Amino acid sequence: MIDTPKGLVSPTTATERVAASMAKRKKSERNFQLLGRSAIAVALAFLVVLFFSIFSKGLPGFFQYYVEIEVEIDREKLDPTGDLSLQSLYDGDARGVIRSALYAAVDAEGRKNKRAAGKLISAGAEQRLRELVYDDPSLMDTTQTLRFALDDDVDSFLRGFIKRETPENDRRISDKMVEYIDRLQSDGKIVYAFSDYLIFGSASRNPEMAGIYGAFIGSILTLSVCLVLAFPIGVATAIYLEEIAPKNRITEIIEININNLAAVPSVVFGILGLAVFIGIFGMPRSIPLIGGVVLALMTLPTIIISSRAAIRAVPPSVREAALGVGASQVQTIFHHVIPLAMPGMLTGTIIGMAQALGETAPLLMIGMVAFIVDVPGGVTDPGTVLPVQIFMWADFAERMFVQKTSAAIIVLLAFLITMNAAAIIVRKKLERRW
Amino acid sequence: MTTFQIAATILFIGLVYFLIAQNSARQLQVSISTKLHSRHQYYGFFACLLAWLPAYALLIVMAIGDDIVFRSLSTSFIPDAVRTDADFNEIIAHAQIKNVVSGTNFGTQPDWVYEAAEAWQGWIATSATLTTFLCLSLAVLGGGWGYYKINPNFRSRNAVEKIIIALLAASSLIAILTTLGIVFSVVFESLRFFALVPVSEFLFGLTWNPQFEGAERAGSGQMGLSTYGSVPLFAGTMLISAVALTVAVPVGLFSAIYLSEYASDRTRGVVKPLMELLAGVPTVVYGFFAALTVAPFVRSMGVTLGLDVASESALAAGLVMGIMIIPFISSLSDDVITAVPQALREASYALGSTQNETIRQVVLPAALPGVVASVLLAVSRAVGETMIVVMAAGLAANLSMNPLDAVTTVTAQIVTILVGDQEFESAKTLSAFALALTLIVITLMLNFIALHVVNKYREQYD
Repeated sequence: MIDTPKGLVSPTTATERVAASMAKRKKSERNFQLLGRSAIAVALAFLVVLFFSIFSKGLPGFFQYYVEIEVEIDREKLDPTGDLSLQSLYDGDARGVIRSALYAAVDAEGRKNKRAAGKLISAGAEQRLRELVYDDPSLMDTTQTLRFALDDDVDSFLRGFIKRETPENDRRISDKMVEYIDRLQSDGKIVYAFSDYLIFGSASRNPEMAGIYGAFIGSILTLSVCLVLAFPIGVATAIYLEEIAPKNRITEIIEININNLAAVPSVVFGILGLAVFIGIFGMPRSIPLIGGVVLALMTLPTIIISSRAAIRAVPPSVREAALGVGASQVQTIFHHVIPLAMPGMLTGTIIGMAQALGETAPLLMIGMVAFIVDVPGGVTDPGTVLPVQIFMWADFAERMFVQKTSAAIIVLLAFLITMNAAAIIVRKKLERRW
Repeated sequence: MTTFQIAATILFIGLVYFLIAQNSARQLQVSISTKLHSRHQYYGFFACLLAWLPAYALLIVMAIGDDIVFRSLSTSFIPDAVRTDADFNEIIAHAQIKNVVSGTNFGTQPDWVYEAAEAWQGWIATSATLTTFLCLSLAVLGGGWGYYKINPNFRSRNAVEKIIIALLAASSLIAILTTLGIVFSVVFESLRFFALVPVSEFLFGLTWNPQFEGAERAGSGQMGLSTYGSVPLFAGTMLISAVALTVAVPVGLFSAIYLSEYASDRTRGVVKPLMELLAGVPTVVYGFFAALTVAPFVRSMGVTLGLDVASESALAAGLVMGIMIIPFISSLSDDVITAVPQALREASYALGSTQNETIRQVVLPAALPGVVASVLLAVSRAVGETMIVVMAAGLAANLSMNPLDAVTTVTAQIVTILVGDQEFESAKTLSAFALALTLIVITLMLNFIALHVVNKYREQYD
């Protein structure tokens, strides 16, 4: 008989001990699962809070308050030279025409009351009127019911962010203005409608006129430059490293480099752009061309890594078959490997572009944060991009900018989600499993 | 012609050569009944590539290089009297000239600036003509040479393939060039900074006050003296990252465990994309969320509890950053946990362990290197994250370990210093590059360690 080692127990005792411990172990099992469930719940709760907070603030941002007033479009006042040229319209008194219509609508008498009434309407109204008669001269010398944006303080008042109960000195609109607003509202002249300024307006310090159009065009230009550079270079690098490069020291250095670049914080790429493109090459600041180049360098590692994975997934038998019927190495790559790897490469590129679309920090470095009213017409015109526009708006103090910022964020998120969904669809539909 | 017009013309010339060369190769094949070495398209490609590549290369060099040449030429216009002046700064002199050239000059400049600007404008005109002439003739000549080379014995396919492989190899060098660009742009400026400020002060100094305008008024200036001790910035970065990890590591890790070990395929299919949605949200959106929703919430919570919370507290920024990095940790950990072989789990069940005992005592130890690596990568993410801290963490360089205080971070300072107009050559501007250098070193070290951990401690089960 062998010696019983210390601690060894008979099967019966063992079974008893295990049975006794089962309740405790099952409880710890339940707790553990609960822990996992609550972790997921916490993560999803964060997601819900984030989206709820953005959407609840942002959806009203797609709308704003307008006033509808009867305007007598007096040609003599609007177009003093009489030739309907832009110059003449700018010399004309569009503001006076709108103001008098507004005074009539609220029966404003006296200087002080008129000043209060004048503050109701956005400074952009005159430009709107000029554009209207410039596009359609037949409106001249008629009376039209026109819709103009209300000033942002009035908008915030109507939304209840500026309280009626606040003493007059502490709120941004006077009692007289409140009286006029009430009057316009009871006459049914104030309408809450889709904000065309948000979509078609450009950068403006007046929140009621500010829009994302310029930034949106800037984003498209920047992304185009980024795509034109990053996609061919990324795919070419991936092909070289996977298919052609000899396994030597230089190849290894390139591979390490790419992995390191993927880990470099994005703000550093902005410093590269600032020091090299603006500092050494003497290119101008704030232009989408440099923004696109910087973003291309930043997204290259993403595209290279996913393209390499896609190329690696093409089975060697395809290459061997092509080589076997006499194709050269380059022919094999371009006629067989690339077409088969293309869905994977495209997926990686779309994800890289989505990253680039949401990126802000490197573009701040190269000066795309400037306040630019003009819509950029090409890649060398100064411009800004959506995320930077969001960053700038987030800094402005007016209450209405909070809604506009959130609305711009919704637009940006919509694009990002569409791009990511496109990447998933491309992967699902086109990718072949071998 | 503008650069774009030249580029388009070169494109057109190349296409024309492609058609001509391809056609004449085909004719050759028909007329003399010898066999061409390559298919006729390759003769076209060859002529086309010869027309494009040298011309485009020259165009890029000219477009980038002209400004550099002009700058050095314009230096000769600076009078010696100005040059020997103590305040003289070459960069400012060039900026003066360039402003006059581009017509953005306000106020009057000394005469030599106008002379230089006039000469500069002349150079621009000359360079435009020269570029147009050289690039287009290079395109025509290159294509012509390719056309001239057409004969049945010329191995055009081999030539084209050599060019293509060379192009592929060249594009893989872009990655190296980028790295070199980053290193040089950061290192040179940092060296200039360390000539002004000793390294020891930068690394171990306890006050960061790069003399912001109004710093004296705000009471944080030390008698107008700027100090560049980066310890408060790194402490702030660490504090915010620590808060972020406190949120992200437990949530991310437990989500990964639940998703890979317990969740049904359906739950997994729904929850995983939702979690990844968090990773797709741009950082500027997180910054807005932190500044507008979380920071006021944290502050009001603090006030209710009777705590003194800064309006731009590290807690708010860190909390939101934590939300941002949850998906990094969860998806990377999920991958490594799934990669643990099923046999280990089954062996553990066979010994009578419950599922959570298996996970804690078998699966997690096996997956530990991967989990540690994912956490390290998340740290490097958090350290390099910019927008959240710029928007929500503020600029007060307090040396504090209290998450309720306002702190600032390395990235936030880099952005504040480099955005907008910079003073040339000032220690303040250069300090941003030194900060960037340390930031790069830290993130690369974290990645290196992560890689090392994975490689060294990975268990090979198969």
